[in-house]
Amino acid sequence: MPVFRSRREARCIVAKITLKNLRHSYMPNPAGPEDFALKKIDLDWEDGGAYALLGPSGCGKSTLLNIISGLLNPSEGRILFDDRDVTDLPPDQRNIAQVFQFPVIYDTMKVYDNLAFPLRNRGVPAKKVDERVREIAEMLDVTEMLGTRASHLTPDNKQKISMGRGLVRDDVNVVMFDEPLTVIDPHLKWKLRSKLKELHQRVRATMIYVTHDQTEALTFADQVVVMQDGEVVQIGTPIELFERPQHTFVGHFIGSPGMNVLPATQEAGQVLFQGHKMALEGKVIGDGGATQLGIRPEFVSLSDKGLAANVRKVSDIGRHLVVEAMVNDTSIKAIVEGEAPQQGQAVHLAFRQDQTRLYRDGWLATEVAS
Amino acid sequence: MKTENQRAWFFVLPVLLLVAFNALIPIMTVVNYSVQETFGNNLFFWQGLDWFEQILRSDRFRASLGRQFLFTFLILIIEVPLGIIIALSMPKKGLWVPVCLVTMALPMLIPWNVVGAMWNIFTLPDIGLLGYFLNTVLGINYDMTQDPIAAWITIVTMDVWHWTSLVVLLSYAGLVSIPDAYYQAAKIDGASPWKVFRYIQLPKMKTVLTIAILLRFMDSFNIYTEPFVLTGGGPGNSTTLLSIDLVKIALGQFDLGPAAAMSLIYFAITLLVSWLFYTLMTKDDDK
Repeated sequence: MPVFRSRREARCIVAKITLKNLRHSYMPNPAGPEDFALKKIDLDWEDGGAYALLGPSGCGKSTLLNIISGLLNPSEGRILFDDRDVTDLPPDQRNIAQVFQFPVIYDTMKVYDNLAFPLRNRGVPAKKVDERVREIAEMLDVTEMLGTRASHLTPDNKQKISMGRGLVRDDVNVVMFDEPLTVIDPHLKWKLRSKLKELHQRVRATMIYVTHDQTEALTFADQVVVMQDGEVVQIGTPIELFERPQHTFVGHFIGSPGMNVLPATQEAGQVLFQGHKMALEGKVIGDGGATQLGIRPEFVSLSDKGLAANVRKVSDIGRHLVVEAMVNDTSIKAIVEGEAPQQGQAVHLAFRQDQTRLYRDGWLATEVAS
Repeated sequence: MKTENQRAWFFVLPVLLLVAFNALIPIMTVVNYSVQETFGNNLFFWQGLDWFEQILRSDRFRASLGRQFLFTFLILIIEVPLGIIIALSMPKKGLWVPVCLVTMALPMLIPWNVVGAMWNIFTLPDIGLLGYFLNTVLGINYDMTQDPIAAWITIVTMDVWHWTSLVVLLSYAGLVSIPDAYYQAAKIDGASPWKVFRYIQLPKMKTVLTIAILLRFMDSFNIYTEPFVLTGGGPGNSTTLLSIDLVKIALGQFDLGPAAAMSLIYFAITLLVSWLFYTLMTKDDDK
C-alpha cells in the first residue's frame, strides 16, 4: 500500500490501460500482414508502472504510442482506460501527456506560462495553476528559470519543461516519452534519466518510455516491452529479458554483445551443432522448423575441453574481454576475464548448460529443468 | 602575431566598385542636384537647403505623402492577414501543393506595366469584364476615371491581387517548417485553434513575416508603374502617390533641384520606417 503525499498524488492512480486486438496500417486498404505497422497487439499496462517500449527504429513503437495518446486512430481494435473505451476520444480528453523526441516548448512564452499552459487551457483557477506550476518547477529544479523566456533555455532544460507540461496536470493517467533523450548531451542524459525515475516514484502515474536504446529502457523500466516488426516479442523485467529471452531477437537486441545465435539441427531427440551433441537447459518442445541454439557470451567460457575453435579477434572493453572464436565458419562470442588468448590460437569453448537453449523459428523451444 | 595583409583589399575592390557605380555615385549626383538650382547650358547656382525646406513646407508634397501612407497602410492591412489566412488553408502535402504554389506565384511573374494595363482594361465600364459587370449588370456606378473612390478601390485591389502571393509564399514556407510534434503537443495540452495560431504558428512565422512586411512596405511605398499605367495619378490628383508626383516634378516640370531634394526625403522616410520596423520586430529576439 503506497503512502500518498497528498490527495492529488493519490488521484493520479486511476487507470489501467488495455489494448485489445490492436492493428494499424498506414495504408487505406491493407492486404497482407506486411502492410501493417502494428500486427495484433494485446497488452495490459498496469497502474503506476514504469514501462519501456524497446525496439529498433521502424518496429512500430512510436505508432503504438501515438495510438495510446490518441494522435492516431488504430485501423482495428480498442483502447480501454480502466474498462472505459477511449478509442474514439481525441488526445485532450484522454488525460494523457506526451513528451516528444525534440523538446516542444512555446518559444514566446516564459517558462512559467509554458508550464501553466495545459492547466489554463482547461480552465483551472489561477490560484491552483500557480500552486501546481511551482510544485512541478520545484520537482524539476527549474524554479529559478520560471521568469525566463523558454526560447533561451538549453536543450535539456527545454526537455524538462516539456516533461513538466505533462506532469503539471493532476489528472494524467499516463505520461508517455517518445525517445526523449535523443537531443540531450551524453553527460546530461544520465542526470535526466535519474530525474525521470525519481519523478515516477513521486508522481506514481503510469509512464511509458519509448526508446531503441537498451540502457535507457533497462534502467528506467520495471517492465520492458520488446517489439519487432510491429509485434510484441516479449514483456518482462530487465532480468527476465536478459536471462531467458523468449525470442532470438530479444537475445540479440539486448545485451552487449548480444546472444550467440547458432545454427543447429535436431535429430532423434538430440540437438547437434557442427556435429557435436549439445546439452540444453531442459526438455525440447515440439519439432520441425528452423532450429537455432542460443547462448549469451557471458555463459561461454574458454576451457580445456569442449568445442574446438580458433580465436579470430579479441577486444578489450575494459572490465573484461570479448573473444570472438570460429568453430568452422560459425563465429561465437565469449566474455572472458583474465589472460587474453592470442589471435589464431586454438581454444576450446564450454557452454553453461542451464543457459543453453533451443529456438525454433526464432521462438524459445526449451523448458527449464524442474 | 598578427600578419598584416593588404591583399584583402583586392578582393573587396570589385564589390566596392559595383556599389559605387550603382548606389553611391547616383545618390551623390542627386545630393548634388538637391542643393543647387540648374539652368540650361549646365549653369548651377548654390541653393543650400532651400529645396528641402520648400518641399517639406509644400502642401502638395504633404498631400502626396499622405496618400502614399494611406495606400501602403491599406495594402498592408489587407495583404498580410489575407496572405496568412491563405497560407494556413493551403494543403501541407499531396498533389495540390505544387498546383497551389504555382497558382500563387503567377501574378508575381507578370510585368508591372502589364498588370496596370490589365486592370485598366478589366475595369473599363464599357468593355472591361469587371467594369461592364458592375455598371450594367449590377447597376453600380463604377468609373475610376471619374470617381476617386473607384480609382482607389481599383489600385488597392490590383496591388492585393498582384502581391498577396508574396505574403502567402513566405508564410507558407514558415508554416511547413513547423514539426508535427508541436501540433501534437498542442492537442495534448488542450490548446484551441486560436492558441495554436497565436503560440505556435505565428511565432514560427515571425521571421519570414517580418521580411514579407518589410518587402511589401518598401515595394508599395515606392510603387510607380502600376498606378501610373492604371490611373496616371487621377482623377485629379486623387491617386497621385509620392513617386508619381516626383516624376511629374522631375520630368514634367524639369525642376531638378526640388525633385532631387524630394527624392532624398522620400528615400530617408523609406529607410527610417524600414529601420524602425525591423528593429522593433527583432528587438525581443535576444532579450
